[in-house]
Amino acid sequence: MDLVELSRLQFAVTALYHFIFVPLTLGLSVLLGIMETVYVMTGREIWRDLVKFWGILFGINFAMGVATGLTMEFQFGTNWAYYSQYVGDVFGAPLAIEGLMAFFLEATFVGLFFFAWDRLSKVQHLMATWTLALGTNLSALWILIANGWMQYPVGARFNADTMRMEVSDFMAVLFNPVAQAKFVHTVSAGYVTGSVFVLAISAWYLLRGRHVEFARRSMTVAASFGLASALSVVILGDESGYTAGQNQKMKIAAIEAMWDTEPAPASFTLFGLPDRANHVTHYEVQVPWMLGLVATRSTDTPVPGISELVGTARRNIADGLIAYRALTVIKTAPKDAAARTALDAHVNNLGYALLLKNIRPDIENATPDEIARAAASTVPNVPVLFWAFRIMVGLGLWFIALFAASFWFSAKRQLDRYRIYLWAAFLTLPLPWIAAELGWIVAEYGRQPWVIVGVLPTALGVSSTAAGNVLLSLTGFALFYSCLLVVDLYLLLKYIRLGPDAALTAQGHTEEAA
Amino acid sequence: MDYETLRLIWWALLGILLIGFAVMDGFDLGTAALLPFVARTDIERRIVLNTVGPVWEGNQVWFIVGGGVIFAAWPTLYAASFSGFYLAMFLVLATLILRPAGFKFRSKVSDPRWRAFWDWALFAGGVVPALVFGVAFGNLFLGVPFGFDSDLRLHTDITLFSLLNPFALLVGLTSLSMIVLHGASWLNYKTDGTVQARARRVMPFAAIAFGALFLLAGAWLARLDGYVIAGAMAHDGPSNPTLKEVARVAGGWVTGSAMPAVAAALVGAAGALLLRRRPLLAFFCSALVPIGTIATAGLALFPFLLPSSSHPGASLTVWDASSSKLTLGVMLGVTALLLPIIIAYTAMVYRVMRGPVRAKDVGGHSY
Repeated sequence: MDLVELSRLQFAVTALYHFIFVPLTLGLSVLLGIMETVYVMTGREIWRDLVKFWGILFGINFAMGVATGLTMEFQFGTNWAYYSQYVGDVFGAPLAIEGLMAFFLEATFVGLFFFAWDRLSKVQHLMATWTLALGTNLSALWILIANGWMQYPVGARFNADTMRMEVSDFMAVLFNPVAQAKFVHTVSAGYVTGSVFVLAISAWYLLRGRHVEFARRSMTVAASFGLASALSVVILGDESGYTAGQNQKMKIAAIEAMWDTEPAPASFTLFGLPDRANHVTHYEVQVPWMLGLVATRSTDTPVPGISELVGTARRNIADGLIAYRALTVIKTAPKDAAARTALDAHVNNLGYALLLKNIRPDIENATPDEIARAAASTVPNVPVLFWAFRIMVGLGLWFIALFAASFWFSAKRQLDRYRIYLWAAFLTLPLPWIAAELGWIVAEYGRQPWVIVGVLPTALGVSSTAAGNVLLSLTGFALFYSCLLVVDLYLLLKYIRLGPDAALTAQGHTEEAA
Repeated sequence: MDYETLRLIWWALLGILLIGFAVMDGFDLGTAALLPFVARTDIERRIVLNTVGPVWEGNQVWFIVGGGVIFAAWPTLYAASFSGFYLAMFLVLATLILRPAGFKFRSKVSDPRWRAFWDWALFAGGVVPALVFGVAFGNLFLGVPFGFDSDLRLHTDITLFSLLNPFALLVGLTSLSMIVLHGASWLNYKTDGTVQARARRVMPFAAIAFGALFLLAGAWLARLDGYVIAGAMAHDGPSNPTLKEVARVAGGWVTGSAMPAVAAALVGAAGALLLRRRPLLAFFCSALVPIGTIATAGLALFPFLLPSSSHPGASLTVWDASSSKLTLGVMLGVTALLLPIIIAYTAMVYRVMRGPVRAKDVGGHSY
């Protein structure tokens, strides 16, 4: 594997690993806030124990989220140096604001959450817990503003004097429609994860007939919060962001395996076998109108197919080459007015010309055939996106069904009546993680070949470090992270098995108490 | 506000965030570095861990925000330093990753081997970053080999081995002694009894070691080649570090403006040594040490951020490695709004958690 592939693999591994812990932190922090609110309002001790027990599991998970988040913050610089140099003026700001506004808040108040039960009044401690939840959710907002900009880079412009992208409109970066859609979708997915976690473990207690009062209360909270979140995840899915921008359109065409544009409103392919080589999908089962309605929220806007989008890309590359040639002139003659005018006129497609760098270094001499190849490279891996998306949506619908059932049973006070329901709830435990990771695969693998859509191809973003270094760090991470995951799961299982009563006393155990 | 002023403010803010990291995270790194030595029994170790338990996570954010701010305000510096110091960065990351796990996991299993393992992991998580950050600072004065092509793509030729040179190692040890002093001062303030007595015994050694190493590094620095910008350079020009000429001058790093900072670092160390029976005062003195040390480095290097030994003209300076004027302006507004709030609630948490940690405080939700 070469430098680019190793760097991509390392980012994928460390990001997917980080996201094992993030959604649970997002969801559990809010659930802790809800449970503690009930405690403060009712004054019943069992609710405080609920908060403390789920808090132990939250803490183990939170530590891993913080640990793996460190890698994410610095990997842009270590492994994606040209990316950082090229877009840092835009991309760095939300990351810095995330630290200032969110990380400080959550990291400071997590200390109070765990250590200040005896030092704060009930209401003060409740405020600390909600501030912790606010901090975790704000951090999701800012990182998704950063990520949304990679998918749909608004509010920025190339500057030939500094050879990089610079912010032209900060508000546009902030209120990027793709980022807004992603934020709602991602935090809702986190809430679903937290709710499934609480629901599944409680179901296990009920199956065993242990901690019944504790488990019922936990399930009641998880059921109502989970139902609202599961509905929000699907209804406010980030398809709404897929109408914005060329690659987002390409992504939805790839998810649909829609090789050619269909007359509006397009149909949704429920099932099929996409064939990349021949640009057809075999054994299609289609639902008429549905895609058009979901993707464009209208009946008369067509959803462009893959071939049409490749044609647009080809025209963009040819246009971008004019900008690239002008930039070459400016590098030696910075004051050349004609070149500056040409660059200004075509600069929005400069990134498309850079796609040719994957084919030949002297891209100004590219042949029409090479331009066509570069345009074809804008099609992401259709079968992967097609299936990842369908599994994710299928799981999303299952969560709605499960939480609807949970809500019904908890309202009827029949949570422990049907063992088959309890088993279903318990076995759902790993599924929200699968859905979340597949969601990121759709979003990021679907973004390829771009690191910043239309601006910078992924292959150009890497550092000029030796591939051997990256192989070393990647291997190190794989081993190190695997060990940490084993430890993390061991501790979670240990405390889940102990159950709330024993866990709360075992926590403070010391061999040689003074 | 003009571009030159914004760049100067962001240079100062970079220093303030690095100082925030060294002062705030410094004492818990130092505490972890001292953990196996000042605390022998399990209960002693838990006391030591619980002195930083409620606050180390917030402290570590100074490091993360430092990285984020370098990315946002000095993107070229972020790209060059982190990719250039590649393996050193991953060494730091690996040991820092051990810290959340160590703090949170250590006391959750009572097997002594488990606890001993995490104690030493926390020790490594304290010592290695302190040492490596010092080594990195040392290499700034020597310059590191890097340059740019016409696309401003960075090319580096830095190896981990080349970073481990004698001068940089000396700066690394200076940094380590500073962190150990700060950790000992913290424990002197936050514990009583045996642990406090042991921490207090460490303070004179750490303070004297710091003073000696710091002065030695200064004397060595005076004999090194410093970098100066040759000819005129616009302070509000585009952020393109390939448009200037840089010359090397013997002793060029020594500047009068750094002398108050040198004095502050030494006064801080002496204060921590002499006032160790007045723990809170001594702790404030030891906080002065990283303030003075980082200010010394920043002022001596000014206006350089990252000198290049192979292509001196490509060195990153305050005038040609920043973000655009708009980004610097917006980020200044955001920081001016949020930093006071952060300081206020951080202070609130220290107030809530005030007082020494004793054996009876260990248990329940603690580490």
